[in-house]
Amino acid sequence: MSSTSLTAGRWRRPSVLPGFGLTFGFSLAWLTLIVLIPLATIFLKAAGMGWSQFVDVGFSPRAIAAYRLSFGTAAAAGLVNAVFGLLVAWVLVRYSFPGQRVISALVDLPFALPTAVAGIALTALYAPTGWVGQYLDPLGIKVAFTPIGITIALVFIGLPFVVRSVEPVLADLGKDVEEAAATLGATRSQTFSRVILPAIGPALLTGFAMAFARGVGEYGSVIFISGNMPGKTEIAPLLIVTQLEQYAYEGATAIATVMMLASFSILLLINLIQAQGRKRMGA
Amino acid sequence: MTMRATTEGFATRLVLITVAMLFLGFFLLLPLVAVFSEALKQGIGGFIEHVDTPDAWAAIRLTLLIAAISVPLNIVFGIAASWAITKFSFPGKSLLITLIDLPFSVSPVVSGLIFVLLFGANGLFGAWLAEHDLKIIFAVPGIVLATVFITFPFVARELIPLMMEQGKDDEEAALSLGASGWQTFWHVTLPNIRWGLLYGVLLCNARAMGEFGAVSVVSGHIRGETNTMPLHVEILYNEYDFVGAFAVASLLACLALVTLVAKSVLEWRFDLHGGAKH
Repeated sequence: MSSTSLTAGRWRRPSVLPGFGLTFGFSLAWLTLIVLIPLATIFLKAAGMGWSQFVDVGFSPRAIAAYRLSFGTAAAAGLVNAVFGLLVAWVLVRYSFPGQRVISALVDLPFALPTAVAGIALTALYAPTGWVGQYLDPLGIKVAFTPIGITIALVFIGLPFVVRSVEPVLADLGKDVEEAAATLGATRSQTFSRVILPAIGPALLTGFAMAFARGVGEYGSVIFISGNMPGKTEIAPLLIVTQLEQYAYEGATAIATVMMLASFSILLLINLIQAQGRKRMGA
Repeated sequence: MTMRATTEGFATRLVLITVAMLFLGFFLLLPLVAVFSEALKQGIGGFIEHVDTPDAWAAIRLTLLIAAISVPLNIVFGIAASWAITKFSFPGKSLLITLIDLPFSVSPVVSGLIFVLLFGANGLFGAWLAEHDLKIIFAVPGIVLATVFITFPFVARELIPLMMEQGKDDEEAALSLGASGWQTFWHVTLPNIRWGLLYGVLLCNARAMGEFGAVSVVSGHIRGETNTMPLHVEILYNEYDFVGAFAVASLLACLALVTLVAKSVLEWRFDLHGGAKH
């Protein structure tokens, strides 16, 4: 019906359902007001600063140290999550054991638990006198108020991203492919590294990228455990807040712009890698 | 032979499960246990004493108010956007979906900053607002704006795939039988999507009540006035009132547990997501 009445020059295909004008118009207006205009403000403000001022405040030694810390710890946490997230997804999809459903539900805890709550809980655990910290302290391992503590907070925040993106792909991956590999004489570890890993690779990369992007911007769960020493344990989002508290709006804007551009570029790069991968796989 | 080559031996399985459980125990369960244990350090009496303060009650009321405003706004937007996106075809649809997801990839702190740049004392509209004696930043409207921004994609994101899958046959049938557009929506579409909608609302509400970074930037931390529960946790913690901080935090942890249970029930009973996709 709609294919015959598809007339050239019409912006959308006609439909018998009503409400396109109302719902599309409202959605676009609300999106523009709440998301697009506010986000554009930051780039407008940054563009109005002039290049030299932007570089001065956006790439000050303190800011560069903060970027390195934020991106470094987010990458480290993303890697930890890629390994253990894959393991958790594997165990949840492939094996059955008592309490599985409860554990599966628990994986989403970081999505549901407010970040400030996670932050103070992790600090209570890993402070030198904390539940875990008191055993690590005599060994000379300092976790709280060091980059290790920041990484642990970001592992907590990022875990569900990896598990939830790998799980469905692992469940869909047919047993027949693995059986074929085994019939052809592959050992279990060969099957894993040559058959299973390439198949779940894109999902694993997506999970890593989402955990990484979330980690770079994360604030609430990190600031309690990080110690917040400028140049040492001061993450980029905290530096933005510090600048704002000193009414240094230019500094806050420049740092936020650098962070957003870096995050968007990394996500774009990962999307490109995945598109390339799909092309090579012929799908 | 095939059995051995397509699954792992008992010992390997046991090791993998044990390592995974230890990891989850350390990183997820232990922090949760710590919250409740620290909150109850001085017993139930101490817990109640720390929660039953005017400032804590003000924070609880404000958090409920913020959620009560921002969640319905996101429900209306989520339904409208999903209706337009899934029931009609138009160019630029995938761009629209990408733009709706945008707030997910922005740091919470930056999400607060953008509203300070717009409505703060030195912001674009700062002078105009001051002239008309309106306050957005360091007041409730700013907290609502930041929360709506942060939770913007939650409802739409759940509804779009669900409504895409359901198609529009039901609606077309209702319309051809003479139902009006609103009748079709209330009696056909809404019952079809109610569990998916509830799922999105659950996640949206958890984030709205728990948001810290964005709200922290725009709130101004005025005790009893612009302090939400997560911000109150921070203030108590920074004042070394650890039992108080964990007592309020444990209320938020209960909210998280209720959210997880309700979410799991929806997943099992209605096969939403099959317990996997997010």
